[in-house]
Amino acid sequence: MTPDLMEQGARRLHALNAPAAAGATESGGRQAGFSRIAKAGEVDTTHGRILYLEEVSVSFDGFKAINNLSLDIAPGELRCIIGPNGAGKTTMMDIITGKTRPNSGTVFFGSTIDLLRYNEFEIAQMGIGRKFQKPTVFEQLSVFENLELALKTSKAVKSAMFFKLDSAQQDRLAQVLHTIHLASSTRLMAGNLSHGQKQWLEIGMLLMQDPKLLLLDEPVAGMTDEETVRTAELFISLKKHHSLIVVEHDMSFIERISEKVTVLHEGAVLAEGTLAQVQNNEKVIEVYLGR
Amino acid sequence: MSAPLNLPAPAPLMSRRGWGAFLVALIIVCMLAPLLNLVVPESSVFHLSDFAVSLIGKIMCYAICALAMDLIWGYTGILSLGHGLFFALGGYAMGMYLMRQIGLDGNYKSGLPDFMVFLDLKELPWHWLGSASFAFQMAMVVMAPGLLALVFGFFAFRSRIKGVYFSIITQALTFAAMLLFFRNETGFGGNNGFTDFKRILDIPIAQPSTRMVLFVLTGLTLLGFYLFSRWLVQSKFGRVLQAIRDAESRVMFSGYNPVAYKLTIWVISAVMCGIAGALYVPQVGIINPGEMSPANSIEMAIWTAVGGRATLIGPIVGAFAVNGAKSWFTVAFPEYWLYFLGAMFIAVTLFLPQGIVGLTRTIMRKLSAHKQGSQNGAKHDA
Repeated sequence: MTPDLMEQGARRLHALNAPAAAGATESGGRQAGFSRIAKAGEVDTTHGRILYLEEVSVSFDGFKAINNLSLDIAPGELRCIIGPNGAGKTTMMDIITGKTRPNSGTVFFGSTIDLLRYNEFEIAQMGIGRKFQKPTVFEQLSVFENLELALKTSKAVKSAMFFKLDSAQQDRLAQVLHTIHLASSTRLMAGNLSHGQKQWLEIGMLLMQDPKLLLLDEPVAGMTDEETVRTAELFISLKKHHSLIVVEHDMSFIERISEKVTVLHEGAVLAEGTLAQVQNNEKVIEVYLGR
Repeated sequence: MSAPLNLPAPAPLMSRRGWGAFLVALIIVCMLAPLLNLVVPESSVFHLSDFAVSLIGKIMCYAICALAMDLIWGYTGILSLGHGLFFALGGYAMGMYLMRQIGLDGNYKSGLPDFMVFLDLKELPWHWLGSASFAFQMAMVVMAPGLLALVFGFFAFRSRIKGVYFSIITQALTFAAMLLFFRNETGFGGNNGFTDFKRILDIPIAQPSTRMVLFVLTGLTLLGFYLFSRWLVQSKFGRVLQAIRDAESRVMFSGYNPVAYKLTIWVISAVMCGIAGALYVPQVGIINPGEMSPANSIEMAIWTAVGGRATLIGPIVGAFAVNGAKSWFTVAFPEYWLYFLGAMFIAVTLFLPQGIVGLTRTIMRKLSAHKQGSQNGAKHDA
């Protein structure tokens, strides 16, 4: 739990224990259901969770890629997900981002948004950003244009035709260019970047989207050690204002960034805890090393 | 925290040289061509023959189609092999009006177009009711291809039909339409189509000044569409199209709805083709279902590829180059034209992926690099 959540909990407890004022209801004057009005499209994290997956299952041709998976993520959390190949890590991301529909189960963004009712671009607009396993950038466009396209703004056809960067957006772009260390190659075609730089550009595009939740599939694959360290620093700096789910195989990277690690195996959660805890978990050792 | 950074300024619509070339083209179309055709006497070497006017006018219509192909294929990566259909629909909409303009001067001296008399019709079919009105038929020039593209595109793009499957379906679409228009019952003159036009807006269509007006109009439309396309591809909308071509999933996960973007450019492209068809018919004097044959649509793709995809100017150059070659070749070696066309397409695909324009750009770059190199060398010598 983050300190922020602890504080929220303390406040609620305080309200619960406070003596009822004259004429107040039994609930201590807290008017259940009226305390907060749900707004359409707004992510409601008042219950301390930004993402819920409950009993999600999906199978492809009889193969159960995800098997009764339940998982939730807190706002501002950085969750690492590990697991052997075929454990369902990428499929899980596909489900959250609307690419794959589960056979059963529920997926909620905040307490009110049922993600299964939306498609990919709507989910992206709501504030879930995704980085693919293989870096995916627009190769024929410049670094600058790549970031500009990802910018959080109206994505309608008409507004794209008449779009002009305002100065706040320019500042944001410049800031992200610095963050991803590509400020000197703004005009370069993205296709000419190195593998690691493409990874960074894609992360930069996510930052331009300013998502509430970032899903990162093997973000440091193909990066040099130095780049990996910088990526770790970046993610740690991001987690204050965003929630992150990181799927990675690189254990040293996970050690650097992780607070809580979830181990997936055969489409379900095998273990959860700090990296040290899961590394000492017998079931995990068994899965990774074989019997 | 971030230091001021020199972000690239938005590119102007065209460079100074581009505007210069545009102005020259405008002068040629609007002043030079009419002057050389109508004022300069036929005996002079500078006279522009009526044949040349109609040929260039025709090729300019093709160039509009090539431009439309470039938007959908070059920039968005969707290869349509059915654009001939939109071209023909625009042509038919114009042709219907021209048929009604014949009035009582047809072979049968009837108020109905000749083919209807021939088919023993007593009154106009329902879909001909608005055909006497120029404004209505001009609206149909835009609406017919536009609506068809909208409906077809909506279902195709929503079902995420891509790549070669999309190309094959568009090809089938134009083929099916051709078969439909071949039938007399469809009410568009069957395999003869429309011809023998007499007037447009009550002005005799064959007189030189009318032909010249049509020529100038076609040229202006081409230039106008060129500017419009440039504006489109240089806007963020255009960059989203290129992004769809390169990595559609990333576009989607960036919050864009690719269906809306593809549908928009698809309809724009179809309407451009329709307008080209409407300009083509009065200049050529005939429209028949042959315009919908699959080969016509494939040729459009060839013009675009030969000129250079995703360059806008390339497809225009390609339309002129291929059709110029065609008009010479079909006279000199009429039997071998299709072989030549095929060979040209293969050669361009294999050796010139960027087309003529790409080749020219590469040569220019090398030349200027060479020049700089030799200048530097000269300095060293001195």
